[in-house]
Amino acid sequence: MNNSLLVVILASGVAYGTPLLYAALGELLAERSGVLNLGVEGMMLGGAVMGFWTVQRVHANTGVALTAAIVVAALMGAALASIHAFLVITLRASQIVSGLALTIFAGAVGLSSYLGNDLNLADSPAAHTFNAVFPKSMQNWPIVGPIIFGQNVLVYVSWLCVVLVSLYLSRTRPGLNVRAVGESPAAADTMGISVTRYRYAHTLVGGAFAGVAGATITLAITPQWVNGITGGAGWIAIALVIFAFWRPELCLVGAYFFGSLQALAPQLQARNIHLGPTVLWTNALPYVMTIVVLVIVSSGTAKSRLGAPEALGVAYVREER
Amino acid sequence: MATDAAVPAVSMRGVTKRFPGVVANDKVDFEAAPGEVHALLGENGAGKSTLSNILTGLYQPDEGRIELYGEPVAFASPREAIDAGVGMVHQHFRLVSRFTVAENLVLGDRRGAGRYFHIDPSAIATQVRELGERYSLPVDPRARIWQLSVGEQQRVEILKALYQEARILILDEPTAVLTPDEADTLFVTVRQMAEEGRTVIFISHKLHEVMAVSDRVTVLRAGKALATVRTADATPESLTELMVGREIETATRQGRAQPEGVPVLEVEDLWADGDRGTVAVRGVTLTVHAGEIAAIAGVAGNGQRELAEAIAGLRPSTKGMVRVNGRPVHTGDAQAAFEAGIGYVPEDRLGTGLSPTLPIAMNLSLKSYRHESVGPFLRLHLMRHKAEDEIRIFEIKCAGPDQETDELSGGNLQKVVIAREFSAHPSVLIAASPTRGLDVAAVEQVHSYLMQAAEEGAAVLLISEDLDEILALNDRVLVMYEGTLTAVEDRESVSEIGLRMAGGTPG
Repeated sequence: MNNSLLVVILASGVAYGTPLLYAALGELLAERSGVLNLGVEGMMLGGAVMGFWTVQRVHANTGVALTAAIVVAALMGAALASIHAFLVITLRASQIVSGLALTIFAGAVGLSSYLGNDLNLADSPAAHTFNAVFPKSMQNWPIVGPIIFGQNVLVYVSWLCVVLVSLYLSRTRPGLNVRAVGESPAAADTMGISVTRYRYAHTLVGGAFAGVAGATITLAITPQWVNGITGGAGWIAIALVIFAFWRPELCLVGAYFFGSLQALAPQLQARNIHLGPTVLWTNALPYVMTIVVLVIVSSGTAKSRLGAPEALGVAYVREER
Repeated sequence: MATDAAVPAVSMRGVTKRFPGVVANDKVDFEAAPGEVHALLGENGAGKSTLSNILTGLYQPDEGRIELYGEPVAFASPREAIDAGVGMVHQHFRLVSRFTVAENLVLGDRRGAGRYFHIDPSAIATQVRELGERYSLPVDPRARIWQLSVGEQQRVEILKALYQEARILILDEPTAVLTPDEADTLFVTVRQMAEEGRTVIFISHKLHEVMAVSDRVTVLRAGKALATVRTADATPESLTELMVGREIETATRQGRAQPEGVPVLEVEDLWADGDRGTVAVRGVTLTVHAGEIAAIAGVAGNGQRELAEAIAGLRPSTKGMVRVNGRPVHTGDAQAAFEAGIGYVPEDRLGTGLSPTLPIAMNLSLKSYRHESVGPFLRLHLMRHKAEDEIRIFEIKCAGPDQETDELSGGNLQKVVIAREFSAHPSVLIAASPTRGLDVAAVEQVHSYLMQAAEEGAAVLLISEDLDEILALNDRVLVMYEGTLTAVEDRESVSEIGLRMAGGTPG
């Protein structure tokens, strides 16, 4: 039963969906504060390369090495996000242009590629990887075994993150404040909430999430470093935030849906099932998503109909006379 | 009344605030006592808003001292002003429209139920409901702001200040968005708050409101505080003179009993969508005759702008018909509209009406350049000559036809728009809030141009939120409410117009 196509696809859908989920949660936090960051792909690649570098260079036991790798990847993501934050919050540059520039700067033809090649990270498998945490016997349980108990620790932490982000936004004071900053910075400002501080904080945390998302790929899914390893996952993550109507719990559903799509093509191939150009469709997905994202974020009408934070993409200037 | 209390609630001495190229507040002295309603009267640009923004910590003064209840203060941020008990109701509400009333109230809260890290919505709602009952400002704490009427939203703004325990409350042009009835209710609330010992600073440029609600008035002009007088000792005439600096002749139109001209603009069952995809204009039928000024009153946001844009060709209609001189005009086509003879003075003069970075001469030729060119080439000298004539005729104060348009003042910007529209000799002239933000002298000039257009036989459609303007100019009044248009029977009856503005019908 656990070898049936559906179970296998759902199980690998959860695994493949995890980087999407981390990246989407991070983007969601930034966007809820009003900052659109199209640099997710670049920040993921930054996290992917630095996380991988850490496990190759830190000589310690697996737990310490992997924890260090996740921390380094998060810091790398946050550092890259700080460029975007400075440009769009302090200098009030266009968020769309700055985000695209960040993806190009940090991406597959930029910083991440340079770092990976310069540090000689290609051609060797990861020294430590995230593996399934529950014993084999539990993983063999019918259906839930592979899907729920066959996953690595990053998957379980991502579930915790969904719950925490959701509670943070709906039930805490800083969460209320950040939603106000994203909806109406002028209202937040008059109530004594620092728009700048909230936007910086959430953009940086968003970047950290993207960094972790990148490291999830190089340390858990395909434990190696290849240039441009994310393959457009960052764009899918941004699209996910939109399709999830800026709600964390829907991000989880969406992430596993797109994850399953990614798992579909190889599984069908392995089983000699031919369903037309499935591979073509799944490979084209990131590019289609890029176009969808750019169209939606450029159209004010589309944004407001989908329920985007009202000040998304708009720099805040305290009303001058 | 406690106007002579020993320690003033607010005392500002020699407050100066400079912005690049302009002194917004010039050594302003201002004092308000506890329990007093103190009006700040002045024209647009006189420095009222700057002064209140200084008091609420949004701006820091360049010079001067501020004391609250005898204690010197220097606010570095709005938060510090709130903590010191200064609350403000902004003219453009500072509310988060997707939040509930309760959420808006506890935003940034440091004292009430919202001060904890974990927020319990039901506890907050209870607290808010009690507060509303205490001040007879009933509003459902769980309602979302976008579901509320403008009057209710203002109530939320006032509750917000009361929730923060504001002892000094600043109301910035609070009646600008209200119907006359809602304004009367507001005045009652304002008096109540003053009787409780709070200080209310009431900012306005409308004399009758100031006379009705305040104990004392401070008049600002060109950034200077000219005088503080007891309202009881003042007359509207004496205040106008202080505010404007000279006497103003007001031109009123001699209304005509019957429209005698031929129908020029005919609108039939017109429907149009708003910017957010909701239906903004719902089946408007309207005829304006030659030589007539038809005035549309209404609270902002009831579809007036969308109606004007649909007629002027800037917004496609979803249904219905617009005819000029009997000929149908294709809606959503600006060129077709102005070729049919529709002139449009839009509400947003710098955004929609003009191209701010072009020289004045270019802006004046934006509609006529096709006749001022040879093939693809513009005849610049012709454009400049024409511009010089129009600058003289319309008394546009500027350095010359080559000056950049956005360097002009509001009144002169409006004159550029009017000059351009008039020079095409339109048979239909639509003017949307044509005097918003202009000083009294410029208002009179714009009014005289509109009357002149009607005398020359144009059908004039005036859309305005300013009842005084509507009453001064109209031959016929219509009221727009939630996208539909109703005619007012007695064109001089403020109470009937007010009732219809709130969606009622006289019965």
